[in-house]
Amino acid sequence: MTGIITLRIAMRALVRNKTRSLLTALGIIIGIAAVIAVVAVGQGASVTMRNQINSMGNNLVMIFPGSQKTGGFHGGGGTQQTLTAEDGDAILLECPFVAAVTPMVRSGVQCVYKENNWGTSVQGVNVQYQEVRNWDLARGSFLTDADVRSASRVCVIGETVSQQLFQGGDPLGQTIRIRNMPFRVLGVMIPKGSAAWGQDQDDTIIAPWTTVRRVLYNSAFNNVNQLMISLISMDNLEQAKREISGILRQRHRLNLGADDDFTITDMTEVTKMVTQVSTMMTLLLTVIASISLVVGGIGIMNIMLVAVSERTREIGLRLAVGARRRDILMQFLVEAVVLSGAGGIIGIGLGISAANILAKTNHWPVMISASSVLIALTFSAGVGIFFGFYPAWRAARLNPIESLRRE
Amino acid sequence: MLISLRQISRVYHMEEVEVPALQSVSADIDAGEFVAIMGHSGSGKSTLLNLLGCLDRPDSGTYILNGEEVSRLSSDELALIRNQKIGFVFQNFNLLPRTSAQENVELPLYYGPRITGTERRERARSLLVRLGLKDRLGHHPGQLSGGQQQRVAIARALVNQPPLILADEPTGNLDSRSADDIMALFQELNKEGITIVMVTHEADIARFAQRVIQMKDGQIV
Repeated sequence: MTGIITLRIAMRALVRNKTRSLLTALGIIIGIAAVIAVVAVGQGASVTMRNQINSMGNNLVMIFPGSQKTGGFHGGGGTQQTLTAEDGDAILLECPFVAAVTPMVRSGVQCVYKENNWGTSVQGVNVQYQEVRNWDLARGSFLTDADVRSASRVCVIGETVSQQLFQGGDPLGQTIRIRNMPFRVLGVMIPKGSAAWGQDQDDTIIAPWTTVRRVLYNSAFNNVNQLMISLISMDNLEQAKREISGILRQRHRLNLGADDDFTITDMTEVTKMVTQVSTMMTLLLTVIASISLVVGGIGIMNIMLVAVSERTREIGLRLAVGARRRDILMQFLVEAVVLSGAGGIIGIGLGISAANILAKTNHWPVMISASSVLIALTFSAGVGIFFGFYPAWRAARLNPIESLRRE
Repeated sequence: MLISLRQISRVYHMEEVEVPALQSVSADIDAGEFVAIMGHSGSGKSTLLNLLGCLDRPDSGTYILNGEEVSRLSSDELALIRNQKIGFVFQNFNLLPRTSAQENVELPLYYGPRITGTERRERARSLLVRLGLKDRLGHHPGQLSGGQQQRVAIARALVNQPPLILADEPTGNLDSRSADDIMALFQELNKEGITIVMVTHEADIARFAQRVIQMKDGQIV
């Protein structure tokens, strides 16, 4: 007996009991649909978080000044004033793994354009900021080396600031006032969206760090809040961190055994955490899916046993007209697999629709991966084989004489 | 010689009690014979028919069908013999419910050598037409009279052109006119060379056969 004919016989038997088949498959349908939908939401969230982490910058390593310890008094992180823009220049020059470095001087400010004003933060950086943060301009131009050298009163603004101050008008070439000092707007950055922790990355003004340090704060020192470093590749992260640490210790003249007066951080910890969370979620889902598939499988087994008992005479007849035991086995096994497989396919369709509805109504980022669909399909077919085997085996064991006599 | 039985015994084991259903039965049936097996219930006639039909195997003795010793064949080999050499006709027809006459007749063709769907349908159709069911091809068993259902069952038995038809009380569920029709059909098929072995307890039906085998207490008398 060929496979196609066996398949057709199975289909016909299932269509004959439409309601029963549907109800039996419902266990599988719901299980698979739930898994597909939840995995889509989970993966969507995980990908979004990854993108947000990546949106912070290219292979980002950050250096913060350490805490100050004078006598018995221990200040918090960043109280040291030792980290300078020159440290950044030295790191770029001496460490071969570093692609770009920008100092960062940050300050909260109120900015004004005509009758509009907006509270935001200003970031004092150098020209390499764009490369470090992997951030393109939407319009206009970025800061130049000359701007940084001469501490020009120029700035580039984020999309949120542009919206708040100019309300749809063209900010290019306009002058905004920060702390009552005029700044010319050179350009607008493309929207980056919110960071992993929800902060709006577009709510910012970018200006030369020299301007922020010397003009806005009238300071003669070159110390900065932070150095942002972009590595050529994440592969040599550990070596790069060691070298950067060496350079800084040498520049800060720290004796052997003395504590670092700076902290080096990177995003691997956060990435690791995201990966861990998504792995755990996947594991949890797998457990839930397994349970629901087992429950669905038991339903299939139950109904297949009923079908075998109902069709005992049919089995006897088939044996009498020449069916081998394995033909009978295959017939009922294929029936169970078609039942669970069809349940799986319907479940996948339902799950994808549910995920799309969630995406539309709740604006959740969802991602349906081909692998989850494939796994769902394989599993549902596997359930059919596993739970269909016993009823099919019982059918194949039947005695044809007794089966034919059954009323 | 189509069928040769030598010293066939069959014992049923029922909860520690051994019930001898056939005791050292020997019989020969020639090709082209129309034989009726008669006897009361419990006489062993059904057991004999099941053995002849390769649905059961004897505990001892030999059964040679069409020159082949079948009493020791594997169950797959027996399935092929049932498919190719034997056509079954039952008292209760045993047609698949909610399945058309045409498809019921096609059933044995699925388990034999592979043929095309067109050939399968044509073979079933021409047989049904020949048995006077031209207008009933698509009817389900529930839409057919008893006599018509038995004709469909006979068409199914004939579809693989077996040399032997085994009938178990083929008229048991039919009115006397339909019964006579079916018997006439058997005689016609027999004339064409098909061997028919029929179990019945009705003398009226048995008289259509050429020879009657009487059974009593698991033995031929």
